Amino acid sequence: MGDLLQFTLTGVTIGSIYAIVALGFVTIYSVTKVINLAQGEFVMLGGLTMYSLTSAGVPYLLGFVITIIVVSILGWIMEYLLIRRAKGADPISLIILTIGTAIFIRGIASVVWGKDQLRVAPFTENTPVNIANATITPQAIWVVVIMLLVVFLLYILIDKTMVGKAFQASSVNPLAARLMGISPKRMSSLSFTLSAALGALAGLAIAPIMFPSYDMGTMLGIKGFSAAILGGLGSAPGAVIGGLLIGLLESLGAGYISSGMKDAITFSAILLILLIRPSGILGEKSVGKGGL
Amino acid sequence: MNGDKLMEVIDLSVSYGPIQALKGVSLAINKGEIVALLGANGAGKTTLLQTISGLLKPTGGSIIYQGVNIAGMEAEKVVEKHLVHVPEHRQVFSTMTVLDNLYLGAYHHRKKSKMKNIEKNIGKVFDLFPILKDRKNQLGGTMSGGQQQMLAIARGVMAEPELLLLDEPSLGLAPLIAKDVLELVRNLRAEFGTTVLLIEQNVTASLKVADRGYVISHGEIVKSGSSKELLNDPEVKEAYLGHTVN
Repeated sequence: MGDLLQFTLTGVTIGSIYAIVALGFVTIYSVTKVINLAQGEFVMLGGLTMYSLTSAGVPYLLGFVITIIVVSILGWIMEYLLIRRAKGADPISLIILTIGTAIFIRGIASVVWGKDQLRVAPFTENTPVNIANATITPQAIWVVVIMLLVVFLLYILIDKTMVGKAFQASSVNPLAARLMGISPKRMSSLSFTLSAALGALAGLAIAPIMFPSYDMGTMLGIKGFSAAILGGLGSAPGAVIGGLLIGLLESLGAGYISSGMKDAITFSAILLILLIRPSGILGEKSVGKGGL
Repeated sequence: MNGDKLMEVIDLSVSYGPIQALKGVSLAINKGEIVALLGANGAGKTTLLQTISGLLKPTGGSIIYQGVNIAGMEAEKVVEKHLVHVPEHRQVFSTMTVLDNLYLGAYHHRKKSKMKNIEKNIGKVFDLFPILKDRKNQLGGTMSGGQQQMLAIARGVMAEPELLLLDEPSLGLAPLIAKDVLELVRNLRAEFGTTVLLIEQNVTASLKVADRGYVISHGEIVKSGSSKELLNDPEVKEAYLGHTVN
Protein backbone atom coordinates (compact mmCIF):
# COMPACT_ATOMS: atom_id res chain seq x y z
CA MET A 1 0.00 0.00 0.00
CA GLY A 2 2.85 2.30 0.88
CA ASP A 3 4.42 1.43 -2.45
CA LEU A 4 1.31 2.29 -4.40
CA LEU A 5 1.07 5.68 -2.70
CA GLN A 6 4.75 6.33 -3.31
CA PHE A 7 4.55 5.44 -6.98
CA THR A 8 1.41 7.53 -7.39
CA LEU A 9 3.03 10.57 -5.82
CA THR A 10 6.09 10.24 -8.05
CA GLY A 11 3.84 9.70 -11.07
CA VAL A 12 1.77 12.79 -10.36
CA THR A 13 4.93 14.87 -9.93
CA ILE A 14 6.53 13.92 -13.22
CA GLY A 15 3.09 13.84 -14.85
CA SER A 16 2.57 17.48 -13.85
CA ILE A 17 5.71 18.41 -15.77
CA TYR A 18 4.52 16.47 -18.81
CA ALA A 19 1.18 18.25 -18.48
CA ILE A 20 2.81 21.70 -18.59
CA VAL A 21 4.92 20.71 -21.60
CA ALA A 22 1.81 19.28 -23.28
CA LEU A 23 -0.05 22.56 -22.65
CA GLY A 24 2.78 24.28 -24.52
CA PHE A 25 2.20 22.01 -27.50
CA VAL A 26 -1.55 22.63 -27.39
CA THR A 27 -1.12 26.39 -27.14
CA ILE A 28 0.89 26.60 -30.34
CA TYR A 29 -0.98 23.87 -32.19
CA SER A 30 -4.43 25.26 -31.60
CA VAL A 31 -3.60 28.60 -33.18
CA THR A 32 -0.99 27.76 -35.83
CA LYS A 33 -1.51 24.02 -36.48
CA VAL A 34 2.24 23.67 -35.98
CA ILE A 35 3.65 20.98 -33.69
CA ASN A 36 6.56 22.77 -32.07
CA LEU A 37 9.11 20.03 -31.55
CA ALA A 38 11.43 22.53 -29.88
CA GLN A 39 9.02 22.67 -26.93
CA GLY A 40 11.29 20.44 -24.84
CA GLU A 41 14.19 22.84 -25.47
CA PHE A 42 12.24 25.62 -23.77
CA VAL A 43 12.09 23.40 -20.69
CA MET A 44 15.85 22.81 -20.86
CA LEU A 45 16.52 26.51 -21.34
CA GLY A 46 14.35 27.26 -18.31
CA GLY A 47 16.35 24.91 -16.08
CA LEU A 48 19.78 25.94 -17.35
CA THR A 49 19.11 29.70 -17.37
CA MET A 50 18.05 29.38 -13.76
CA TYR A 51 21.29 27.51 -13.02
CA SER A 52 23.37 30.33 -14.51
CA LEU A 53 21.45 33.03 -12.73
CA THR A 54 21.57 31.42 -9.29
CA SER A 55 25.25 30.56 -9.76
CA ALA A 56 25.88 34.23 -10.54
CA GLY A 57 24.31 35.13 -7.23
CA VAL A 58 21.01 36.48 -8.48
CA PRO A 59 18.34 36.10 -5.77
CA TYR A 60 16.15 33.06 -6.29
CA LEU A 61 12.84 34.77 -6.89
CA LEU A 62 14.37 37.34 -9.23
CA GLY A 63 16.15 34.56 -11.14
CA PHE A 64 12.83 32.78 -11.45
CA VAL A 65 11.17 35.81 -13.04
CA ILE A 66 14.15 36.63 -15.29
CA THR A 67 14.26 33.02 -16.53
CA ILE A 68 10.63 33.12 -17.58
CA ILE A 69 11.10 36.46 -19.32
CA VAL A 70 14.30 35.40 -21.13
CA VAL A 71 12.84 32.12 -22.40
CA SER A 72 9.58 33.84 -23.43
CA ILE A 73 11.59 36.30 -25.47
CA LEU A 74 13.43 33.40 -27.11
CA GLY A 75 10.06 31.87 -28.00
CA TRP A 76 8.98 35.18 -29.50
CA ILE A 77 12.23 35.41 -31.48
CA MET A 78 11.78 31.86 -32.75
CA GLU A 79 8.35 32.76 -34.10
CA TYR A 80 9.55 36.05 -35.53
CA LEU A 81 12.72 34.77 -37.21
CA LEU A 82 11.58 31.36 -38.39
CA ILE A 83 7.89 30.65 -38.42
CA ARG A 84 6.93 34.08 -39.74
CA ARG A 85 9.65 34.12 -42.42
CA ALA A 86 8.42 30.76 -43.67
CA LYS A 87 5.00 32.31 -44.16
CA GLY A 88 2.82 30.28 -46.46
CA ALA A 89 4.73 27.05 -45.82
CA ASP A 90 2.45 24.21 -44.81
CA PRO A 91 2.49 23.01 -41.20
CA ILE A 92 4.58 19.94 -42.10
CA SER A 93 7.46 22.12 -43.34
CA LEU A 94 7.10 24.30 -40.27
CA ILE A 95 7.33 21.23 -38.04
CA ILE A 96 10.62 20.29 -39.73
CA LEU A 97 11.77 23.85 -39.05
CA THR A 98 11.02 23.39 -35.36
CA ILE A 99 13.11 20.19 -35.32
CA GLY A 100 15.98 22.15 -36.82
CA THR A 101 15.51 24.83 -34.21
CA ALA A 102 15.55 22.22 -31.45
CA ILE A 103 18.85 20.77 -32.69
CA PHE A 104 20.30 24.27 -33.00
CA ILE A 105 19.26 25.29 -29.49
CA ARG A 106 20.62 22.03 -28.06
CA GLY A 107 23.94 22.62 -29.83
CA ILE A 108 24.25 26.15 -28.47
CA ALA A 109 23.28 24.94 -25.01
CA SER A 110 25.96 22.25 -25.02
CA VAL A 111 28.55 24.96 -25.76
CA VAL A 112 27.24 27.40 -23.17
CA TRP A 113 26.53 25.01 -20.31
CA GLY A 114 28.67 21.99 -21.21
CA LYS A 115 27.41 18.43 -21.30
CA ASP A 116 27.22 17.70 -17.59
CA GLN A 117 24.12 17.59 -15.48
CA LEU A 118 23.90 20.68 -13.32
CA ARG A 119 22.43 21.23 -9.91
CA VAL A 120 19.77 23.85 -9.23
CA ALA A 121 18.66 24.54 -5.67
CA PRO A 122 15.06 23.65 -4.79
CA PHE A 123 12.45 26.39 -4.30
CA THR A 124 12.37 25.89 -0.55
CA GLU A 125 14.06 23.75 2.12
CA ASN A 126 13.82 20.26 0.69
CA THR A 127 13.53 17.83 3.61
CA PRO A 128 11.27 14.96 2.54
CA VAL A 129 7.95 14.66 4.29
CA ASN A 130 6.42 11.34 5.30
CA ILE A 131 2.82 10.65 4.42
CA ALA A 132 1.51 7.21 5.36
CA ASN A 133 4.69 5.25 4.60
CA ALA A 134 5.47 7.27 1.49
CA THR A 135 7.86 10.17 1.24
CA ILE A 136 7.46 13.28 -0.81
CA THR A 137 9.84 16.20 -1.20
CA PRO A 138 8.57 19.77 -0.90
CA GLN A 139 9.90 20.39 -4.43
CA ALA A 140 7.57 17.67 -5.75
CA ILE A 141 4.70 19.46 -4.07
CA TRP A 142 5.86 22.68 -5.71
CA VAL A 143 5.81 20.98 -9.10
CA VAL A 144 2.18 20.02 -8.64
CA VAL A 145 1.32 23.47 -7.31
CA ILE A 146 2.95 25.10 -10.33
CA MET A 147 1.01 22.84 -12.67
CA LEU A 148 -2.28 23.73 -10.98
CA LEU A 149 -1.34 27.40 -11.08
CA VAL A 150 -0.53 27.17 -14.78
CA VAL A 151 -3.86 25.52 -15.49
CA PHE A 152 -5.71 28.17 -13.50
CA LEU A 153 -3.88 31.12 -15.08
CA LEU A 154 -4.31 29.71 -18.59
CA TYR A 155 -7.99 29.26 -17.93
CA ILE A 156 -8.32 32.88 -16.79
CA LEU A 157 -6.30 34.15 -19.74
CA ILE A 158 -8.06 32.11 -22.42
CA ASP A 159 -11.58 32.18 -21.08
CA LYS A 160 -11.92 35.49 -19.32
CA THR A 161 -9.90 38.03 -21.30
CA MET A 162 -10.50 39.56 -24.69
CA VAL A 163 -7.03 38.50 -25.86
CA GLY A 164 -7.83 34.95 -24.81
CA LYS A 165 -11.12 35.01 -26.67
CA ALA A 166 -9.31 36.30 -29.74
CA PHE A 167 -6.86 33.43 -29.28
CA GLN A 168 -9.70 30.89 -29.23
CA ALA A 169 -11.40 32.58 -32.17
CA SER A 170 -8.22 32.35 -34.22
CA SER A 171 -8.06 28.66 -33.53
CA VAL A 172 -11.77 27.92 -34.15
CA ASN A 173 -12.13 29.95 -37.34
CA PRO A 174 -9.06 31.84 -38.56
CA LEU A 175 -10.91 33.41 -41.49
CA ALA A 176 -13.71 34.88 -39.41
CA ALA A 177 -11.14 35.96 -36.81
CA ARG A 178 -9.29 38.03 -39.41
CA LEU A 179 -12.54 39.65 -40.47
CA MET A 180 -13.06 40.70 -36.84
CA GLY A 181 -9.67 42.42 -36.83
CA ILE A 182 -7.73 39.66 -35.06
CA SER A 183 -4.26 39.48 -36.59
CA PRO A 184 -3.17 35.88 -37.13
CA LYS A 185 0.46 37.01 -36.97
CA ARG A 186 -0.01 38.51 -33.54
CA MET A 187 -1.80 35.39 -32.32
CA SER A 188 0.95 33.13 -33.69
CA SER A 189 3.53 35.31 -31.97
CA LEU A 190 1.56 35.22 -28.73
CA SER A 191 1.22 31.44 -28.88
CA PHE A 192 4.99 30.91 -29.19
CA THR A 193 5.76 33.39 -26.43
CA LEU A 194 3.20 31.89 -24.10
CA SER A 195 4.31 28.38 -24.83
CA ALA A 196 7.97 29.26 -24.23
CA ALA A 197 6.93 30.71 -20.87
CA LEU A 198 5.15 27.46 -20.06
CA GLY A 199 8.25 25.51 -21.04
CA ALA A 200 10.42 27.73 -18.83
CA LEU A 201 8.07 27.19 -15.90
CA ALA A 202 8.23 23.43 -16.36
CA GLY A 203 12.02 23.69 -16.52
CA LEU A 204 12.19 25.78 -13.37
CA ALA A 205 9.96 23.40 -11.47
CA ILE A 206 11.73 20.21 -12.51
CA ALA A 207 15.33 21.47 -12.40
CA PRO A 208 15.94 20.75 -8.70
CA ILE A 209 14.59 17.22 -9.12
CA MET A 210 16.03 16.26 -12.47
CA PHE A 211 19.45 17.98 -12.64
CA PRO A 212 19.12 19.73 -15.99
CA SER A 213 21.51 19.19 -18.86
CA TYR A 214 21.62 20.39 -22.46
CA ASP A 215 19.88 17.27 -23.78
CA MET A 216 17.04 16.97 -21.26
CA GLY A 217 14.60 18.60 -23.68
CA THR A 218 14.42 15.73 -26.13
CA MET A 219 12.78 13.17 -23.85
CA LEU A 220 10.60 15.75 -22.08
CA GLY A 221 9.47 17.05 -25.46
CA ILE A 222 8.53 13.57 -26.66
CA LYS A 223 6.70 12.79 -23.44
CA GLY A 224 4.89 16.13 -23.48
CA PHE A 225 3.95 15.63 -27.12
CA SER A 226 2.67 12.15 -26.34
CA ALA A 227 0.63 13.60 -23.51
CA ALA A 228 -0.89 16.18 -25.85
CA ILE A 229 -1.75 13.48 -28.41
CA LEU A 230 -3.10 11.15 -25.74
CA GLY A 231 -5.34 13.89 -24.37
CA GLY A 232 -6.54 14.84 -27.85
CA LEU A 233 -4.34 17.37 -29.60
CA GLY A 234 -5.86 20.81 -29.25
CA SER A 235 -7.58 20.13 -25.95
CA ALA A 236 -6.07 21.83 -22.88
CA PRO A 237 -7.86 19.68 -20.27
CA GLY A 238 -6.87 16.67 -22.39
CA ALA A 239 -3.21 17.73 -22.21
CA VAL A 240 -3.34 17.78 -18.41
CA ILE A 241 -5.07 14.40 -18.22
CA GLY A 242 -2.64 12.97 -20.78
CA GLY A 243 0.36 14.31 -18.88
CA LEU A 244 -0.75 12.93 -15.54
CA LEU A 245 -1.68 9.59 -17.07
CA ILE A 246 1.74 9.19 -18.70
CA GLY A 247 3.47 10.17 -15.47
CA LEU A 248 1.46 7.58 -13.54
CA LEU A 249 1.94 4.83 -16.12
CA GLU A 250 5.66 5.47 -16.08
CA SER A 251 5.99 5.48 -12.34
CA LEU A 252 3.75 2.46 -11.74
CA GLY A 253 5.41 0.59 -14.61
CA ALA A 254 8.86 1.30 -13.23
CA GLY A 255 7.82 0.43 -9.69
CA TYR A 256 5.86 -2.74 -10.23
CA ILE A 257 7.42 -4.18 -13.36
CA SER A 258 10.84 -2.86 -14.29
CA SER A 259 12.42 0.56 -14.47
CA GLY A 260 14.19 -0.44 -17.69
CA MET A 261 10.81 -1.20 -19.22
CA LYS A 262 8.98 1.92 -18.06
CA ASP A 263 9.04 3.71 -21.42
CA ALA A 264 8.01 0.56 -23.26
CA ILE A 265 5.12 0.09 -20.86
CA THR A 266 4.06 3.72 -21.12
CA PHE A 267 4.11 3.85 -24.89
CA SER A 268 2.36 0.48 -25.23
CA ALA A 269 -0.43 1.86 -23.09
CA ILE A 270 -0.55 5.05 -25.20
CA LEU A 271 -0.78 2.94 -28.36
CA LEU A 272 -3.58 0.90 -26.87
CA ILE A 273 -5.57 3.97 -25.83
CA LEU A 274 -5.09 5.59 -29.23
CA LEU A 275 -6.21 2.41 -30.98
CA ILE A 276 -9.45 2.55 -29.02
CA ARG A 277 -9.85 6.35 -29.22
CA PRO A 278 -7.87 7.60 -32.23
CA SER A 279 -8.71 11.25 -31.51
CA GLY A 280 -7.35 11.03 -27.97
CA ILE A 281 -9.11 11.02 -24.62
CA LEU A 282 -10.74 14.42 -25.10
CA GLY A 283 -10.34 14.66 -28.87
CA GLU A 284 -11.64 17.82 -30.50
CA LYS A 285 -15.35 18.17 -30.11
CA SER A 286 -17.01 18.64 -33.42
CA VAL A 287 -19.94 21.01 -33.17
CA GLY A 288 -19.75 21.85 -36.84
CA LYS A 289 -17.85 24.75 -38.32
CA GLY A 290 -20.86 26.98 -38.43
CA GLY A 291 -21.15 26.57 -42.17
CA LEU A 292 -22.77 24.31 -44.68
CA MET B 1 -27.10 58.77 -57.94
CA ASN B 2 -26.59 61.43 -55.35
CA GLY B 3 -25.09 61.80 -51.91
CA ASP B 4 -21.55 61.20 -50.68
CA LYS B 5 -19.53 58.48 -52.23
CA LEU B 6 -18.54 56.05 -49.47
CA MET B 7 -16.60 53.61 -51.60
CA GLU B 8 -15.47 53.54 -55.18
CA VAL B 9 -13.97 50.45 -56.79
CA ILE B 10 -11.96 51.36 -59.87
CA ASP B 11 -10.82 48.90 -62.53
CA LEU B 12 -10.25 46.12 -59.99
CA SER B 13 -8.63 42.90 -61.19
CA VAL B 14 -8.05 39.70 -59.24
CA SER B 15 -6.52 36.40 -60.35
CA TYR B 16 -6.41 32.91 -58.91
CA GLY B 17 -3.14 31.79 -60.47
CA PRO B 18 -3.63 31.94 -64.25
CA ILE B 19 -7.39 32.38 -63.97
CA GLN B 20 -8.60 35.95 -63.94
CA ALA B 21 -11.62 36.13 -61.65
CA LEU B 22 -12.23 39.88 -61.87
CA LYS B 23 -11.40 41.78 -65.06
CA GLY B 24 -11.47 45.46 -64.30
CA VAL B 25 -14.54 45.88 -62.11
CA SER B 26 -15.70 49.41 -61.29
CA LEU B 27 -18.57 50.39 -59.05
CA ALA B 28 -19.51 53.02 -56.50
CA ILE B 29 -21.59 53.06 -53.34
CA ASN B 30 -23.01 56.15 -51.70
CA LYS B 31 -23.52 56.64 -47.99
CA GLY B 32 -26.74 55.06 -46.78
CA GLU B 33 -27.42 53.00 -49.88
CA ILE B 34 -28.25 49.34 -50.11
CA VAL B 35 -26.66 47.96 -53.26
CA ALA B 36 -27.19 44.43 -54.56
CA LEU B 37 -24.59 42.51 -56.50
CA LEU B 38 -26.22 40.04 -58.87
CA GLY B 39 -24.74 37.29 -60.96
CA ALA B 40 -24.56 33.57 -61.52
CA ASN B 41 -22.35 31.19 -59.52
CA GLY B 42 -18.71 31.77 -60.33
CA ALA B 43 -19.32 35.23 -61.77
CA GLY B 44 -16.96 36.79 -59.23
CA LYS B 45 -19.33 38.20 -56.60
CA THR B 46 -17.69 36.60 -53.60
CA THR B 47 -14.24 37.31 -55.03
CA LEU B 48 -15.14 41.00 -55.22
CA LEU B 49 -16.30 41.10 -51.60
CA GLN B 50 -13.24 39.20 -50.40
CA THR B 51 -10.96 41.60 -52.24
CA ILE B 52 -12.68 44.64 -50.76
CA SER B 53 -12.36 43.23 -47.24
CA GLY B 54 -8.69 42.31 -47.75
CA LEU B 55 -8.96 38.52 -47.76
CA LEU B 56 -7.69 38.51 -51.36
CA LYS B 57 -5.02 40.67 -52.94
CA PRO B 58 -5.95 42.44 -56.17
CA THR B 59 -3.61 42.26 -59.15
CA GLY B 60 -4.65 45.73 -60.29
CA GLY B 61 -7.00 48.63 -59.70
CA SER B 62 -7.96 50.48 -56.57
CA ILE B 63 -10.59 50.53 -53.84
CA ILE B 64 -11.14 54.05 -52.56
CA TYR B 65 -12.94 53.87 -49.23
CA GLN B 66 -13.61 57.16 -47.41
CA GLY B 67 -10.98 58.79 -49.57
CA VAL B 68 -8.25 56.20 -48.91
CA ASN B 69 -7.07 53.45 -51.24
CA ILE B 70 -7.44 50.24 -49.26
CA ALA B 71 -6.66 47.82 -52.11
CA GLY B 72 -4.27 45.16 -50.84
CA MET B 73 -4.63 46.13 -47.17
CA GLU B 74 -4.70 43.22 -44.67
CA ALA B 75 -8.21 42.09 -43.70
CA GLU B 76 -7.58 42.75 -40.01
CA LYS B 77 -6.73 46.39 -40.84
CA VAL B 78 -9.67 46.92 -43.16
CA VAL B 79 -12.17 46.12 -40.42
CA GLU B 80 -10.62 48.85 -38.27
CA LYS B 81 -11.96 51.29 -40.84
CA HIS B 82 -15.47 50.08 -40.02
CA LEU B 83 -15.71 48.27 -43.33
CA VAL B 84 -17.12 44.96 -42.18
CA HIS B 85 -17.49 41.73 -44.14
CA VAL B 86 -19.99 39.07 -43.08
CA PRO B 87 -18.69 36.11 -45.11
CA GLU B 88 -20.71 33.40 -46.80
CA HIS B 89 -21.52 30.23 -44.86
CA ARG B 90 -21.85 32.33 -41.68
CA GLN B 91 -18.48 31.37 -40.20
CA VAL B 92 -19.55 31.81 -36.60
CA PHE B 93 -17.12 30.75 -33.86
CA SER B 94 -18.85 27.43 -33.40
CA THR B 95 -17.33 26.33 -30.10
CA MET B 96 -17.81 29.72 -28.45
CA THR B 97 -20.95 31.18 -26.89
CA VAL B 98 -23.22 33.61 -28.70
CA LEU B 99 -22.13 36.34 -26.30
CA ASP B 100 -18.43 35.66 -26.94
CA ASN B 101 -19.10 35.77 -30.68
CA LEU B 102 -20.64 39.20 -30.23
CA TYR B 103 -17.79 40.50 -28.06
CA LEU B 104 -15.33 39.35 -30.71
CA GLY B 105 -17.24 41.37 -33.26
CA ALA B 106 -16.19 44.44 -31.27
CA TYR B 107 -12.57 43.24 -31.04
CA HIS B 108 -11.02 45.86 -33.30
CA HIS B 109 -12.36 48.80 -31.33
CA ARG B 110 -12.02 47.23 -27.88
CA LYS B 111 -9.38 49.77 -26.88
CA LYS B 112 -10.75 52.99 -28.32
CA SER B 113 -14.32 52.42 -27.40
CA LYS B 114 -15.22 51.93 -23.75
CA MET B 115 -16.66 48.67 -22.47
CA LYS B 116 -19.85 50.62 -21.76
CA ASN B 117 -20.22 51.37 -25.46
CA ILE B 118 -19.72 47.72 -26.36
CA GLU B 119 -22.34 46.69 -23.78
CA LYS B 120 -24.69 49.28 -25.26
CA ASN B 121 -24.16 47.85 -28.74
CA ILE B 122 -24.88 44.37 -27.44
CA GLY B 123 -28.14 45.72 -26.03
CA LYS B 124 -29.06 47.19 -29.43
CA VAL B 125 -28.15 43.97 -31.20
CA PHE B 126 -30.32 42.00 -28.77
CA ASP B 127 -33.24 44.35 -29.54
CA LEU B 128 -32.73 43.66 -33.22
CA PHE B 129 -32.23 39.91 -32.80
CA PRO B 130 -34.24 38.84 -29.73
CA ILE B 131 -33.47 35.17 -30.39
CA LEU B 132 -29.79 35.82 -29.69
CA LYS B 133 -30.61 37.24 -26.29
CA ASP B 134 -32.50 34.09 -25.37
CA ARG B 135 -29.56 31.99 -26.47
CA LYS B 136 -26.65 34.13 -25.42
CA ASN B 137 -24.95 31.33 -23.49
CA GLN B 138 -25.44 28.69 -26.15
CA LEU B 139 -22.51 27.62 -28.34
CA GLY B 140 -22.64 29.20 -31.79
CA GLY B 141 -22.31 25.90 -33.62
CA THR B 142 -25.30 24.33 -31.89
CA MET B 143 -27.82 26.81 -33.25
CA SER B 144 -29.94 26.38 -36.37
CA GLY B 145 -28.78 27.75 -39.72
CA GLY B 146 -31.05 30.77 -39.51
CA GLN B 147 -29.94 31.62 -35.99
CA GLN B 148 -26.29 31.26 -36.98
CA GLN B 149 -26.89 33.65 -39.83
CA MET B 150 -28.47 36.14 -37.43
CA LEU B 151 -25.45 35.72 -35.19
CA ALA B 152 -23.04 36.28 -38.08
CA ILE B 153 -24.81 39.51 -39.03
CA ALA B 154 -25.12 40.60 -35.41
CA ARG B 155 -21.40 40.00 -34.91
CA GLY B 156 -20.78 42.16 -37.96
CA VAL B 157 -22.98 44.89 -36.50
CA MET B 158 -20.92 44.80 -33.28
CA ALA B 159 -17.96 45.97 -35.38
CA GLU B 160 -19.88 49.25 -35.91
CA PRO B 161 -19.91 49.07 -39.71
CA GLU B 162 -20.13 52.11 -41.92
CA LEU B 163 -20.19 49.75 -44.87
CA LEU B 164 -21.40 46.20 -44.41
CA LEU B 165 -20.57 43.54 -47.00
CA LEU B 166 -23.09 40.71 -46.81
CA ASP B 167 -22.35 37.52 -48.71
CA GLU B 168 -25.40 35.33 -49.34
CA PRO B 169 -27.07 35.89 -45.97
CA SER B 170 -30.08 33.74 -46.88
CA LEU B 171 -28.15 30.79 -48.34
CA GLY B 172 -29.53 27.49 -47.13
CA LEU B 173 -32.33 29.07 -45.10
CA ALA B 174 -36.00 28.24 -45.28
CA PRO B 175 -37.82 30.81 -47.49
CA LEU B 176 -39.64 32.50 -44.61
CA ILE B 177 -36.45 32.88 -42.56
CA ALA B 178 -34.61 34.09 -45.65
CA LYS B 179 -37.23 36.81 -45.99
CA ASP B 180 -36.68 37.83 -42.34
CA VAL B 181 -32.94 38.04 -42.88
CA LEU B 182 -33.35 40.32 -45.89
CA GLU B 183 -35.87 42.41 -43.99
CA LEU B 184 -33.14 42.90 -41.40
CA VAL B 185 -30.90 44.61 -43.91
CA ARG B 186 -33.42 47.43 -44.16
CA ASN B 187 -33.79 47.55 -40.38
CA LEU B 188 -30.03 47.89 -40.05
CA ARG B 189 -30.02 50.94 -42.25
CA ALA B 190 -32.96 52.43 -40.41
CA GLU B 191 -31.39 51.76 -37.01
CA PHE B 192 -27.68 52.40 -37.59
CA GLY B 193 -27.56 54.15 -40.97
CA THR B 194 -25.44 51.28 -42.27
CA THR B 195 -24.56 51.23 -45.96
CA VAL B 196 -24.81 47.70 -47.38
CA LEU B 197 -23.33 45.86 -50.32
CA LEU B 198 -25.31 42.66 -50.64
CA ILE B 199 -24.81 39.43 -52.57
CA GLU B 200 -27.91 37.34 -52.83
CA GLN B 201 -28.90 34.34 -54.96
CA ASN B 202 -32.52 35.32 -54.80
CA VAL B 203 -32.52 38.18 -57.27
CA THR B 204 -36.13 39.30 -56.82
CA ALA B 205 -35.84 39.34 -53.05
CA SER B 206 -32.54 41.19 -53.02
CA LEU B 207 -33.74 43.82 -55.50
CA LYS B 208 -36.74 44.37 -53.26
CA VAL B 209 -34.52 45.46 -50.36
CA ALA B 210 -31.83 47.14 -52.44
CA ASP B 211 -31.92 50.65 -53.92
CA ARG B 212 -29.65 49.78 -56.81
CA GLY B 213 -27.91 46.81 -58.29
CA TYR B 214 -24.97 45.74 -60.39
CA VAL B 215 -24.97 42.63 -62.54
CA ILE B 216 -21.65 40.83 -62.71
CA SER B 217 -20.86 38.15 -65.26
CA HIS B 218 -17.55 36.37 -65.90
CA GLY B 219 -15.68 38.88 -63.78
CA GLU B 220 -17.10 42.01 -65.40
CA ILE B 221 -19.90 44.40 -64.54
CA VAL B 222 -22.34 44.01 -67.41
CA LYS B 223 -25.26 46.06 -66.19
CA SER B 224 -26.23 48.49 -63.48
CA GLY B 225 -29.30 50.45 -62.54
CA SER B 226 -31.98 51.06 -59.95
CA SER B 227 -33.70 48.01 -58.55
CA LYS B 228 -36.83 48.86 -60.47
CA GLU B 229 -34.95 49.11 -63.75
CA LEU B 230 -33.17 45.83 -63.17
CA LEU B 231 -36.36 44.01 -62.16
CA ASN B 232 -37.96 45.10 -65.42
CA ASP B 233 -34.91 44.54 -67.58
CA PRO B 234 -35.62 41.79 -70.11
CA GLU B 235 -32.09 40.37 -70.00
CA VAL B 236 -32.04 40.26 -66.20
CA LYS B 237 -35.47 38.66 -66.23
CA GLU B 238 -34.32 36.00 -68.63
CA ALA B 239 -30.97 35.28 -67.07
CA TYR B 240 -31.82 35.44 -63.36
CA LEU B 241 -35.54 35.42 -62.88
CA GLY B 242 -36.37 32.51 -65.14
CA HIS B 243 -38.88 34.46 -67.24
CA THR B 244 -38.62 34.08 -70.96
CA VAL B 245 -39.20 37.19 -72.95
CA ASN B 246 -41.15 36.83 -76.14
